[in-house]
Amino acid sequence: MKKQEKGHAPRYKASFGGVMFDVIKWIILILFVIVTLYPVLNTLAVSLNDGMDTIRGGIYLIPRKFTWQNYLTVLRKDSLKIATIVTVSRTVIGTVVQLFVTAMLAYIVSRKDFVFKKFLTILYVLTMYVNAGLIPGYLLIKNLGLLNSFWVYIIPGMVSAFNMIVIRTFMNGIPDSLAESAEVDGAGHMRIFIQIILPLCKPVLATVALFIAVGQWNSWFDAMLYNSFNENLTTLQYELMKLLSSVSSQSGNIDALKNTGSMVTPMSVRAATTIVTSIPIICLYPWLQRYFVAGLTIGGVKE
Amino acid sequence: MKTETSVISANKKKNQFIKDLRKQKTLVFMSIPFILYVLVFSYLPLTGWLMAFQKYRPGKGLLDQEWSGFFQFKLLFQDETFLRVLRNTLCMSLINLTLGFITAIGLAILLNEVKSMRGKKFVQTVSYLPHFLSWIIVCGIIVDVLSPETGIINQLLLKLNIINSPINFFAEAKYFWGIVGASNIWKETGWNSIIYLAAITSISPELYEAASIDGANRWHKIKHIVLPGIKPTVFILLIMNIGNVLNAGFEVQYLLGNGMIQKVSQTIDIYVLKYGISMNNFSLATAAGIFKSVISISLIVIANKAAKAAGEERLF
Repeated sequence: MKKQEKGHAPRYKASFGGVMFDVIKWIILILFVIVTLYPVLNTLAVSLNDGMDTIRGGIYLIPRKFTWQNYLTVLRKDSLKIATIVTVSRTVIGTVVQLFVTAMLAYIVSRKDFVFKKFLTILYVLTMYVNAGLIPGYLLIKNLGLLNSFWVYIIPGMVSAFNMIVIRTFMNGIPDSLAESAEVDGAGHMRIFIQIILPLCKPVLATVALFIAVGQWNSWFDAMLYNSFNENLTTLQYELMKLLSSVSSQSGNIDALKNTGSMVTPMSVRAATTIVTSIPIICLYPWLQRYFVAGLTIGGVKE
Repeated sequence: MKTETSVISANKKKNQFIKDLRKQKTLVFMSIPFILYVLVFSYLPLTGWLMAFQKYRPGKGLLDQEWSGFFQFKLLFQDETFLRVLRNTLCMSLINLTLGFITAIGLAILLNEVKSMRGKKFVQTVSYLPHFLSWIIVCGIIVDVLSPETGIINQLLLKLNIINSPINFFAEAKYFWGIVGASNIWKETGWNSIIYLAAITSISPELYEAASIDGANRWHKIKHIVLPGIKPTVFILLIMNIGNVLNAGFEVQYLLGNGMIQKVSQTIDIYVLKYGISMNNFSLATAAGIFKSVISISLIVIANKAAKAAGEERLF
């Protein structure tokens, strides 16, 4: 028998039971892939189909009356232009700031003989379990003057205890001798952190950066709670949410829509917006798979 | 004599601590902003819990309010709406927890049985996709799929003659928990399977070989090698998730719920939002929030103790 490599599927002798197993296994997996992909592909088809035509039903995977109109409507909307700028800014600034700050905390608590190491770690880990709740949190943001401000997207979530643990676990695997020899050469902690430790942490930083960026890109609740009255601080997902509620309230009211005579409908605009907002992530995540799979496994390991 | 030595050793300890502190000056300076940050953003809001024991009126300071003891909590447990949202939260949470575990473990086991590396990679890549879509997008998709006019589910059910007229899934209460469960499965099964697949691949291949020699088939191996092999991982995740039983969610229920079905769709978080932000009843909303936190922490401690007693893997 050939020696198996770790992680490869076990081999079996061909038998009736074995063949049946394979058939059932593939049927389930193919169904799984179809169920996962169909709604997304359907949204794509709807986004490329004439809005009024879509309401007649029967659009599955291929557009019947092809048009770019839905996308043009989306791209012409001022609110979406602003939302795009805000969302891109919060994703870029938020990811850079959160990543750097969280990594710095991870560096501090990964110094083995640091006197406050345990205190600082517990202080942050507790925040994963104890949460003051919505109202006290809202009042804090209000009292700090962060209501109606872009910084409410960046500052309150600047350090995440979970991400800190993921990065710290990785840093603990870096040999101490590297930092020690730099210290002997007279390098301070800031220099060791930025010039030696950070470059070695690239894989885990990629993972955490993805977590943070996806979180920033997809968030809407903070925009609704803190900035809903300022149209200049709206985000893509919040705009999408408004479209969603307008569609569900009109779904029983198609005749009224037909009479308006416009070519685009809320449903088709929403489909186009959905595609536009998810394209960046859909293009990005397959390339980072290796990293987030590893990162998630680190995070799942107990302390 | 004894006390003298302990005083001396305490002094020594103190001196050592001061010495360390001096040596680690830079690290101490670097930690100060982090300590201040977490105190302000995570611990200072806890003082807001005082509101639950008051009749809070906005505009006055936290300490100038009228105190009311456990009045708000009594009110909470006499409120039919609260008891109902509590039931909704628990039921949806348990449905999500059970279905989530079964589907993720099932997918991981199936993926582990796939020999073609390319096939496996393809299924995995597809399975992660929904995790990266926001709940807004996912809820939009669910609304489309279940739409009475154009949704694929109604179309299929009609074609297969299972129903005679389209079902309006969001108008009837009996469908809602199932819809929430299905949305969660659709979004997270692939993502949750990552950790189980990692646990399965770390099982020593020698175990499979030994079982083959003993004549075990695949079902035997899954039952006697794979499932026991991932048991510690399952326990850890179970403990972590039990602590979250009252966090059944907010986004799906908030986005998919509507007036017709709010009796089954509202959760504690929505209740807090409604009473707190929309109706300005900060005290009652905070009391509900405290109740949730206390239950969550108790559950996680109990689950952890139970796992310890059963000799299983623990969180802390």
